[in-house]
This record gives sequence, C-alpha cells and structure tokens, in this order.
Amino acid sequence: MIRCLIIDDEPLARSLVKEYLQSHKNIELLQECGDGFEGLKAIQQHQPDLIFLDIQMPKITGFELLELIEEPPAIIFTTAFDEYAMKAFEAHAIDYLLKPFSKERFDKAISKWISQHENSSSKKGAEELMKNLSPQHEEQNRVVVKTGNQIRIIPVTEICYIEACDDYVKIHTASEVFMKKKTMSFFENSLNEKDFVRAHRSYIIQLSQITRIELMEKESYSALLKSGVKIPLSKTGYSKMKEVLGI
Amino acid sequence: MAAKKKSYSVIIIYSIAALCWIALHAYILYSFGFNWQIAVVDSKLNNVLIGIAAYIMFNTLRFYQPSQKNLVYLFEWSIILSVAIIFIFRWIMRWIFISNDEYMQFLQHTILLRFAFVLLMVSCVNLLIWLWYNFKTQKKSDARKTEAEKLAREAELFNLRQQLQPHFLFNSLNSISALAGSQPEQARKMIQQLSDFLRGTLKKDEQQFSTLEKELLHLGLYLEIEKVRFGHRLKTEIITDEQTNKMQLPSLLLQPIVENAIKFGLYDSVGEVLIRIKISAEENYLKIEIQNPFDTVTVTAQKGTGFGLSSVQRRLFLLFSRNDLLKTESIENIFSTTIKIPQL
Repeated sequence: MIRCLIIDDEPLARSLVKEYLQSHKNIELLQECGDGFEGLKAIQQHQPDLIFLDIQMPKITGFELLELIEEPPAIIFTTAFDEYAMKAFEAHAIDYLLKPFSKERFDKAISKWISQHENSSSKKGAEELMKNLSPQHEEQNRVVVKTGNQIRIIPVTEICYIEACDDYVKIHTASEVFMKKKTMSFFENSLNEKDFVRAHRSYIIQLSQITRIELMEKESYSALLKSGVKIPLSKTGYSKMKEVLGI
Repeated sequence: MAAKKKSYSVIIIYSIAALCWIALHAYILYSFGFNWQIAVVDSKLNNVLIGIAAYIMFNTLRFYQPSQKNLVYLFEWSIILSVAIIFIFRWIMRWIFISNDEYMQFLQHTILLRFAFVLLMVSCVNLLIWLWYNFKTQKKSDARKTEAEKLAREAELFNLRQQLQPHFLFNSLNSISALAGSQPEQARKMIQQLSDFLRGTLKKDEQQFSTLEKELLHLGLYLEIEKVRFGHRLKTEIITDEQTNKMQLPSLLLQPIVENAIKFGLYDSVGEVLIRIKISAEENYLKIEIQNPFDTVTVTAQKGTGFGLSSVQRRLFLLFSRNDLLKTESIENIFSTTIKIPQL
C-alpha cells in the first residue's frame, strides 16, 4: 500500500486530487492539509511515501516546507505556477502537474512514480529534484527554520552572520541561533551579494552588521560586528569585502 | 478657412510695407535732386530684384536648410545674390538712363554703397526665411514627438488595464474542474461567473473611466470566484455610500488592489481573513480604502507591495500626473491601501 498526503490551501484543489485518487486502489490517502505547518506535522507523524504538494501556500511555500524535512518523500507538485516547471522536468525525478490537470495526466504521473518507486530510486530522485529546484536564480528574502516543534520564519534582514557547522549551518540573529541543514555555498548563492559577503570559508556576514574591520596580525584581518562578535576574514574574504565596501 | 484668411491679411500687410519702403527709397533719391521718374524706377527695380532674390531663397530653403553650424552658407548665398542684383540693376539702369550723365555718375559713385545695402537686406531676408523654416520644422517634430508620446502612453495604459493574473485564471479553472465531478450545478455557476468577469475585463479596454456602481459589480464577480477557491477562509465586507454610486474611477483599477490584499492577507495567515473595502466621498475625491490583516512578525520578509500596486500607481500617474493618489500604511496588524480618485 502506498501512503500519501495532499498539501494544498484550496479545498477544491484537494478534493480534485482526492477524486482522482479513488481509482488507484493501491494508494491510501492519510490526510489532507491546508497549509505548510499542518503539512509538516502530518509528514512527521505519518512518514508518507508520496506527497501532492502545492507551491504557493499560506505562511510557508511548498519549497520551504521541503527544506524543513530531513529526508523528503517523493513529491508530485500540483500548482498553477509554471515558473519552476522546467527545472522540475530536468530533474526527471517525479512529476509536476500544472493546474488544471486531467485525470489522464494525473494517472500518468502516478504510474511514472510507481515504476520509479519499484526501482527504489525515488528518494534519491526527490533529493535530486530539490537540488535542482534550489532557488539559485532568485534572491531569498527569508529563511524558514525548525526549532523543536516550532517553525520560524526569519527575514534575511535579521541575520547577523552564518557559520558553517559540519553538515549544518548556524544562522545567528541578534538574539538567537538557528540550525539548518544547508550548505554555505547555498546561502552564498541565494543571498543578495550586495548585503552578504562570504568573509571566510566558515562565515557569511551581513555587511550592515559590521562596525569596523581590524588588523589582527600581519596581513590578517577580522570584522567586528554590532553584537560585539569578532569574525576572522580570510585573504579572499578581505579582498571581497574591500570590493563591496568600496575601499 | 480661417488660416487662409489670416495668410491673406499677412500678404496685404507685407505688400503695404513693401510699397512704403519703395516710396521711402524713391523719396530719398528725389531729395538728392533727381526727378520723380528716375527716383521711382531706381527704387522699384532695386527692391523688385531684392524681392526676386528673396523668392529664390524661399524656394531653395524649402528643399535644403543649412544647419546652425553651416549658417555661413546662407551668407555666401546672400553675397552671390547681392552681386547678381547689383550687376543686373546697373545693366538695366544704364540701358534706360544712358543719356542722363548726372544719374550715371551718381550710380557709379554709389554702387559700392548700394551693394552693401543690398547685401544687408538680402542677408536679413535670408536669415528670416531660414528662421521661419526652422521654426516650422521644429513645430512639426514637436507635434510628432507629442503624438508618439501619446501613443506610447495609450499603449502602456492598455497594458496596465489588461493585467490579469494567469494564476487566478488557472486556479479558478482547477476549482471548476473539481466541482464538475461532485457538484456540476456549482461548476456551471462558476463558469458563468468567470465568463462574466472575463467579458468585463475585455470590454472595458475601450473606455478609461467607469462608474463606481459598475466597478463594484465587476469586483463582486471576482470576489465570488475567490470565495469559491478559498472556501470559508476568505471573508469580505464592502461599506459604501449611496452618493458615491455615480462617481467615476478608472476602470478595472480596484481588482488588482483587492487581489493584492487577498494574496497578502491569505498567504500570511492560516486562519480566516477579512478583507474590508470602505468607500466614501471626500470633497472632490472618491476615496477607497482596502484593508487586509497581516502577521506583524513575518511581514518584513514579505517586503514590498508587489507588482499589483506599482501598476496601479503607474496608471494613476499616467491618468492624473500625480503620484500622491495611492497610499499604503500599516496600523497594528492591519494593512490599508487607500486610493483617491479626483472627480473631474
């Protein structure tokens, strides 16, 4: 039995997927969710095999939801937005249904996934899809993180600096620290380079947080932040910083 | 007709001025002691030649006007024409008055002076003709420029009016698709509403302004569709005043603002969202305020008001040349967009 979830904020859109699922006796619908928060809870609770996921939803988007899951299950996007469609198809992993879609199109997506699922490559496929969908082309203006059972939305303007930490990054704001499973280069690429600089292999700093740059030893500099934290600058980091600050 | 009349009167005035000038010229010669016959012929011939020169220049400059840098050409032509005038003048006067020694001597003595004088006249006339043509071209290109600007403005306004979010359309069609299976009657109703809405969007492209009453009817269709899509989560309240019904506003201006408020409100909350639209008459303005709730914690992340409002702002600017007609503000957890439409 395949266990699945529907996450979509429009009730009629959910009922359509539900109706289309009725002919698939081997798929069991566990729950319908109206937003990302509910969706995340349901994913953690049920550990489904497959999710029908909308992108534009209240509070957090479908992409942001996937970022919060350690090992995302197989995803079939159902959305009226076709901006991401090309990237999803390039990934060849799972399907991308453009609303409104027909029963035939829906069935095709299911059978495509089932054949992949039998080859047990679906999980890898999902990760591949996510990698390809990483919004490198568009600027990020918020970061979604999970602390315990809570989901926090951090505007990028509140980030002081980001620190590398094994497989994770630590996101430092003025008062708190958040962990997120992402790479430094992901943030380096998706944050606005006018505001954020990769100052060191292990650090990305928000420029507006810097109060001064100090000479530590011979040819070794560090940046002093408003919060009083000192962050070392690598040689390339220092020259990058000089370039953006125009000194 | 009026223009023609005007140009006739101009010709008459110039003719009178020319005759006065010829008379003055003749009188001066007469006061030097020549008889009237000589004075009049001299004056007439001299000035008629200048007139012919002016006519030649008038026709030449019609086809070629030297640029400001090349004005020296104009002077060169003036010299050539003046030399020609003096040469012809002398030749004809000699031919007529060869027997009058006194006049011949006078002619010989004053020939240089006459040349200088003719040159001055011809140069002035040429310069005037050139300025006149220049002015005309300038006016023509100005008219062309205004015309081009007007066309560009109309095209832009057309585009701004046409903006219909494709997401809205596709999501609505998806809802209809869902209803078609379970509630065919509802599906049919929604198709009707969507059709009426789309027809309204297309029809209104022809006219720029519409009454509030009509616009609210159109907005109502839009809100009905959105309510089917979002179910119980979307609530709306429209507070209007009887006396505003016939007031004018740009057609299809309200819908993008309300769409923005719905998006902003619904995607920022997981609960019910109330969109409030307050309409009132204020002095010479129609004032419309659209409110939506938002989450004060996450709002900084959703910075900007999106494309919806910037296109409304641009439209208001193109129509009224004012940038102060659209205002947004947030008080506590309510975001308001206010537009004021001047009543002409």
